[in-house]
Amino acid sequence: MRSLRLTGVSASHPRTPVLHDIDLTVAAGTTTAVLGPSGCGKTTLLRVVAGFMRPDAGEVRLGDDVVAGHGTWVPPEKRGFGYVAQEGNLFPHLDISANIAYGLPRRERRDRARACELLELVGLPADLATRRPDQLSGGQQQRVALARALARRPRIVLLDEPFSALDPELRVATREAVAAALRHEQATVVLVTHDQAEALSFADQVAIMHAGRFVQVGTPLEVYRTPADRRSATSLGEACFLAGRLAGSTVTCALGILPAPGAPGSGDCEVMLRPEQLHLGAPEGGGVLAEVTRVEFFGHDALAELRLADGIGTVVRARTTGGTPPVVGQRVSVSVEGAPHVLGSAPAPATAELAPR
Amino acid sequence: MATALLVAALCVLPLVVVVAKALESGAADAFALVWRPRVGELLRNTLSLVAIVGLLSTLIGVGAAWLVERTALPGAAFWRVAFVAPLAVPAFVNSFAWSALIPGFEGLAGAVIVTTLSYFPFVFLPVAALLRTVDPGLEEAARALGHGPWQTALRVGLAQVRPALLGGVLLVSLHLLAEYGALEMLRFPTFTTAILDQFEVAFDSRSGSVLATVLMALAATFLTLELLTRGRTRHVRLGPGAARRAARTPLGRGTPLALLAVSALTALAIGVPAWSIGTWLSRSEQAQEPTNIGPALWWTLALALVAALVTTAATLPAAWLVTRSRSWVAVLLERVTYLAASLPGVVVALALITLTITYARPLYQTAFALVLAYVILFIPRAMIATRAAIATVPPELGDAARALGDGPLRTFARVQAPLMLRGTLAGSALVFIAVSTELTATLLLAPTGTRTLATAFWDASASLDYAAAAPYAAALVVLSAPLTYLLLRGNREELS
Repeated sequence: MRSLRLTGVSASHPRTPVLHDIDLTVAAGTTTAVLGPSGCGKTTLLRVVAGFMRPDAGEVRLGDDVVAGHGTWVPPEKRGFGYVAQEGNLFPHLDISANIAYGLPRRERRDRARACELLELVGLPADLATRRPDQLSGGQQQRVALARALARRPRIVLLDEPFSALDPELRVATREAVAAALRHEQATVVLVTHDQAEALSFADQVAIMHAGRFVQVGTPLEVYRTPADRRSATSLGEACFLAGRLAGSTVTCALGILPAPGAPGSGDCEVMLRPEQLHLGAPEGGGVLAEVTRVEFFGHDALAELRLADGIGTVVRARTTGGTPPVVGQRVSVSVEGAPHVLGSAPAPATAELAPR
Repeated sequence: MATALLVAALCVLPLVVVVAKALESGAADAFALVWRPRVGELLRNTLSLVAIVGLLSTLIGVGAAWLVERTALPGAAFWRVAFVAPLAVPAFVNSFAWSALIPGFEGLAGAVIVTTLSYFPFVFLPVAALLRTVDPGLEEAARALGHGPWQTALRVGLAQVRPALLGGVLLVSLHLLAEYGALEMLRFPTFTTAILDQFEVAFDSRSGSVLATVLMALAATFLTLELLTRGRTRHVRLGPGAARRAARTPLGRGTPLALLAVSALTALAIGVPAWSIGTWLSRSEQAQEPTNIGPALWWTLALALVAALVTTAATLPAAWLVTRSRSWVAVLLERVTYLAASLPGVVVALALITLTITYARPLYQTAFALVLAYVILFIPRAMIATRAAIATVPPELGDAARALGDGPLRTFARVQAPLMLRGTLAGSALVFIAVSTELTATLLLAPTGTRTLATAFWDASASLDYAAAAPYAAALVVLSAPLTYLLLRGNREELS
């Protein structure tokens, strides 16, 4: 169990810079998710940490040891990291137990018991040990890949979108099994993903990456509730943005006068609200009046698009439970739970923009 | 990197040597040697053979491929093997079979019949593979847009198989340019046979090199023509999802006719050589010279084994470089090695003779020079197989091994090498078969007194001792038989 620290790391593919001045600290025994759209450089970041790529500048430290930077270069096989890639990359010519034992010292490789122990750790039956990789499902292969990485008791585990190739149900089950195994090993983990739910549920710390830079690094709750900017906000889920005016510890916007604790100063600003902060009630129940213009039903919940009766027809979205979703044309009142997040004092457009999901 | 460049240099060596020799006493002199009625006759012969056989191979190859892959022809799986099997009979053995069966079988007609039957599988194989996998969606779209079945076949079907067809015809043409044994036996003079005749008159002759230069120019012309007509269009499927299998066209009342056609083709391509060799095998008491197959077999196996191992080892670094990096050096290297594929065996042999006589006299007519010729000739075959083998090992597996604590060398030994082994061995097997049936270069370069199966067969059949030649012919066919399996399998894997 060691900490991982990146300072000023830049890296490039031939003729294309990919990472710009990346700083990141992952405390020992914690999990950090790097979240970003495909092509933003998150896999490159992981490959630099693993030692498959040399950074152009900056340093990578494992605990107190520099593994890259300042003229030092430790090859991947000497870093003692566990690495699990998107496809699992099991060796097709070896059976499952030989795959798991691959990284062990020669005399320990024949020890079937150790392989079975590791299979159990990732939630797989021990009788898979004699199977071949192509006889396993995608989720099983992914868990074997993790078992193979954990067999060497790595100081750091790097996961490169390990769940994205799986079906949705399988993804959740595999993720839970992997998270449990990693907790058991008390490993320091870096997970790269483009799935916001995965990042928020899996990690102690989320780093949001865009175009090779970190936009924001914080706890899941911090980055979700108080994103640094619009991009950061929308990359973590649905959000609506409204123009507002700060005055003291309140902000006035299309949804009324709302609390704004600790907001900077006064003047025009932009506020962000998550759809689940908006509650719908009977029209006579108080709050801002609105008409339901569209409903997207997802089963467990629903998203209602509302046109506010504020004179200019501002559009917002509210999340309701799936039990009794509103219907189109229904008149409702909208109230806000908690405080909106004030994004900054930049003037916002008159109508709210709806972020894509 | 250094080894890769060495391999590439080895491949261009024959070309440079032969052209240099041809121009030894000036371009005007070389030109005078080219501008002779004899050369005109050779050119006419060569080109008419290529044109007729190319056309016939196209008709037979595409027709057979369509019947096997797209119609409800009974026993399609059997016919698929039957139409690749002729490749197991070397063309010079095939010509022996025909002339031993039909006295006076020779000239253009004989050459066309024998070489078409020997080489049409080069068209059949890629076209059938393509027809098997091409998505019928495009053809259905053409039908929905108002085209009838024939119009669809011509405007869509043919366009789709065009790259495979052109590649196959190119292969047939290059083989015809390089063919010596079959055409010599059928008394149909082409450039290659003329070069060897010249060689028998005078070793290391300049006019031989001049003819060889013309031969290379022809090969280069065919290569260029194929590149030009193939065009820039790429035939790829757009859109996601797996391609569907095409529905097979019912033949209805045409079934007996189709069966008759494929049976006749098989009878001519496999039946005739089998019957002829079998007949002469059973008449061994008629042999003027008793056949002693032992030494020839031993030499053949030894030479083929050594050449196969050396060739495979030589391709590894180049293939690795070409597959894993797309630098200009890698691309150049790839092209150069394929250039060697179009060099006829006689050119490579001539170049090595010139080189050894001039610079390395002790190596002249040694097994070393012979193996070197085999390596240059068959590097492309090994290259294709080795490249495919390397391509099946994703680079990510290497990363995974590195992350698990192996250095680059151990990673190669524990991950890449075991995974590549099968494909690389298949490539070695292809080279082994090619060497064991090679005739032209072996005739020119083999150490005096050394006879392989092919040259022993050649000597016997040249003195019209058919009964003595038959055992060698049978041995050659048996050695080549696994080729059918390798080609069918390689074709399947390439497409999956």
